[in-house]
Amino acid sequence: MATRQTRALARTMMAPAVVLLLLWMIVPLGMTIYFSFQNYNLLNPAMQSFAGWFNYEFFVTDPAFVQSMVNTLLLVGGVLAITVIGGTLIALLLDQPMFGQGIVRILVISPFFVMPPVAALIWKNMLMHPGYGIFAHIARFFGISPIDWFAQVPLFAVILIVAWQWLPFATLILLTAMQSLSEEQLEASEMDGANAFNRFFYIILPHLARAITVVVLIQTIFLLAIFAEILVTTNGGPGYNSTNLTFLVYRTALLNYDIGGGSAGGVIAVILANIVAIFLMRAVGKNLDT
Amino acid sequence: MGSITLDHVNKAFGDVQVIPDISLDIKDGEFVVFVGPSGCGKSTLLRLIAGLEDTTGGTIKLDGADMTNAPPAKRGLAMVFQSYALYPHMSVRDNIAFPLKMANTPKDVIAQKVDYAARTLNLNDYLDRRPRALSGGQRQRVAIGRAIVREPKAFLFDEPLSNLDAALRVNMRLEITELHQQLKTTMIYVTHDQVEAMTMADRIVVLNAGKVEQFGTPLELYRKPANRFVAGFIGSPKMNFIDGQDAARYDAHSIGVRPEHFQLSRESGTFTGKVAVAEQLGADTFLHVNVERLGLITVRTGGDETFENGETVHLTPDPQRIYRFSADGTALSHGQA
Amino acid sequence: MARSVRPQTKIAFTVLAWLVGLILFFPILWAILTSFKTESEAIASPPVVLPSVWTLENYFDVQARSDYFKHFFNSVLISVGSTLIGLFIGVPAAWSMAFSPTKRTKDILMWMLSTKMMPAVGVVVPIYLLFRDWQLLDTVHGLTFVLTMINLPIIIWMLYTYFREIPVDILEAARMDGAELWKEIVYVLVPMAIPGIASTLLLNVILAWNEAFWTINLTAAQAAPLTAFISSFSSPQGLFWAKLSAASTLAIAPILLLGWFSQKQLVRGLTFGAVK
Repeated sequence: MATRQTRALARTMMAPAVVLLLLWMIVPLGMTIYFSFQNYNLLNPAMQSFAGWFNYEFFVTDPAFVQSMVNTLLLVGGVLAITVIGGTLIALLLDQPMFGQGIVRILVISPFFVMPPVAALIWKNMLMHPGYGIFAHIARFFGISPIDWFAQVPLFAVILIVAWQWLPFATLILLTAMQSLSEEQLEASEMDGANAFNRFFYIILPHLARAITVVVLIQTIFLLAIFAEILVTTNGGPGYNSTNLTFLVYRTALLNYDIGGGSAGGVIAVILANIVAIFLMRAVGKNLDT
Repeated sequence: MGSITLDHVNKAFGDVQVIPDISLDIKDGEFVVFVGPSGCGKSTLLRLIAGLEDTTGGTIKLDGADMTNAPPAKRGLAMVFQSYALYPHMSVRDNIAFPLKMANTPKDVIAQKVDYAARTLNLNDYLDRRPRALSGGQRQRVAIGRAIVREPKAFLFDEPLSNLDAALRVNMRLEITELHQQLKTTMIYVTHDQVEAMTMADRIVVLNAGKVEQFGTPLELYRKPANRFVAGFIGSPKMNFIDGQDAARYDAHSIGVRPEHFQLSRESGTFTGKVAVAEQLGADTFLHVNVERLGLITVRTGGDETFENGETVHLTPDPQRIYRFSADGTALSHGQA
Repeated sequence: MARSVRPQTKIAFTVLAWLVGLILFFPILWAILTSFKTESEAIASPPVVLPSVWTLENYFDVQARSDYFKHFFNSVLISVGSTLIGLFIGVPAAWSMAFSPTKRTKDILMWMLSTKMMPAVGVVVPIYLLFRDWQLLDTVHGLTFVLTMINLPIIIWMLYTYFREIPVDILEAARMDGAELWKEIVYVLVPMAIPGIASTLLLNVILAWNEAFWTINLTAAQAAPLTAFISSFSSPQGLFWAKLSAASTLAIAPILLLGWFSQKQLVRGLTFGAVK
């Protein structure tokens, strides 16, 4: 609803953003796809040649690939389970009347603002260190021998750290969604004889469904790309025990200089992310119409 | 100076023809009201004149100059929006000064003009307030103030009173009319309220489905409606329409009688019915009479007589004031029974 | 919460909520406390909760040994710089889409969002090679560019959702009042959208500050922001927990403060307006 002149201006004003993002998307992605069909190693750059599907075969048949896929799924699934269930419970708690709600809120959301390397280092050294970490102290206090987290359960340790970082995000969004539930609706259900349990399952949870979907999808996008936490704590090990897809690509391309192999892994990661993205876009897109 | 000429103007949004074809001639200094039901295209027509939308075809001339493709800023028109559209982050003073500032008017001239506008509109005490600290009526005045400082060729009002409560609306109606008498600038005023149209306009454009049904003075529209639509739209309470054999007696497809043009009698008359609801307003009484074959007929009568619900009354239309319409709704020469 | 509750219930909820809050906050609190301890106290067994002597020595050490502030300023330059450039490109684009939408606007917005979902590893190889060839590796401006591109979709989306709440009437009033486009944006739109623009700025500074894939992979000594600097502590070089804690505290403190201020907008920004 405007004049042709305004519309023409509008297109001009939008152009820089569109052009930049278009280039940002197409150029590197195109190059990644190209490299994924090349034999190209930075240690021997002169030997570049067409490789066909070799890089994909090589990457996919590498035992590390299967393990990294499993790890990726476990990492994403584990963190999602902890954050969504924990987030719902904490949001429910924060939505209750209490003293100092504002401060508690700040305490709860703080971990989200901690940069990943710092989060990982604090957990690795001061909490999970088998000798001097707080967890080891607590274990010894109860007479249990402390766990060497990153040697015995490296992936689980990483999951815990990442979950700690993302729990605030889930909590905050679910709390916001919860607060948009009208008080009257809850009161009406109370008048209708619903107890707290019924209110949660028949009123609150359905109301949260959309927010939970959004949390799951957005977190998935970020969780598929977890990198720094692994780099800082386990470096993917021991062996490939805590290597996810992102880390495997990093290792192949930037540590082993295998550009072709890394690119093939990158393309696989893009496909994986796109599957999630399609669902996320649908959820967000619905919002545009309202 | 501010004559406005629309020549075969039409507008379509995609495949939807909002305004099929309109030509209008608005004289300098005239107060013209566009009235019609919601969705009739009256606001779109105003926005076309303002330059906020462009025409699909036809030309718009201001003072004889073709402005069809000129941007709003170049047309020299001022507009008062339904939502007032005040700049919330500016004081009243800055709001009123904004158009002058955009025109790079010298500071002392701005101060002088803002001061004048504020005095005219009784806004002196509020100049340093933000719009949100003002009442609806005051906001309305600021919006008008912002319009008058520019000394525009014409003012465009887009349903400016619809967000005000009833009492304030009557006040502002008077103020705008006075303002017009004082400034003698062309004004185009869009409303869906026929009372506003009747009381304020020099001439009224009745719009329906993007077409001009009639363009004339308020009394012309009341006395000589061009068609059934105008007849039904102008006047309150609404005209009663009678179809079928009762209309055929008057040699018409349908006839219309205004509530105030019935003779009411307890003894005899053309139509007989029972009072369904009597609305006593004090000065007037509106009777809704259930007449056999015709359904509910509204009759206006003096406030002194009282009627019981269910009472039988007789109605006789004033033969001079019967409006006759053909099958397509066009008015036939009226007044003869 | 207008409902009345018994005081006992409220106290029970208070205790429980504070317990949860403190547990989640504990790792941060512990790092802050440790940063003021001596190295031996930091690894004492059983652990020392409060330092016996509060010392700032660790902070001075971190600066002296590794030029902490160089990395700090890199972080500031990169996060603020990329956000400002993003706003500069994003405001006009969001204006277009919010106030002059076409049939394709929705598709363009969705597409922009989809670029945000492209995993970094999908493009890291070519970006790395291009940066190498163009001598952009380990430069502040190279990294700023990458972070601008990464956060541009979020910036546009956030601005778009804020702009859509501004009545178009007011912009049209400005047009009628004789404002040209740039005046309409500068004098009317931007002042009205200040709260929205501010939260967009804040959230994007936070996201850029904490970004830990590109910052680590595209920098070395020179342009390394705090993410890359802190990561370098991961190599086993003995137990310097107090110093590590001091460096960590400095790295997260500014963003923690900003984050506390912008928690409401954070929800909206990170869900692309899907949850408000």
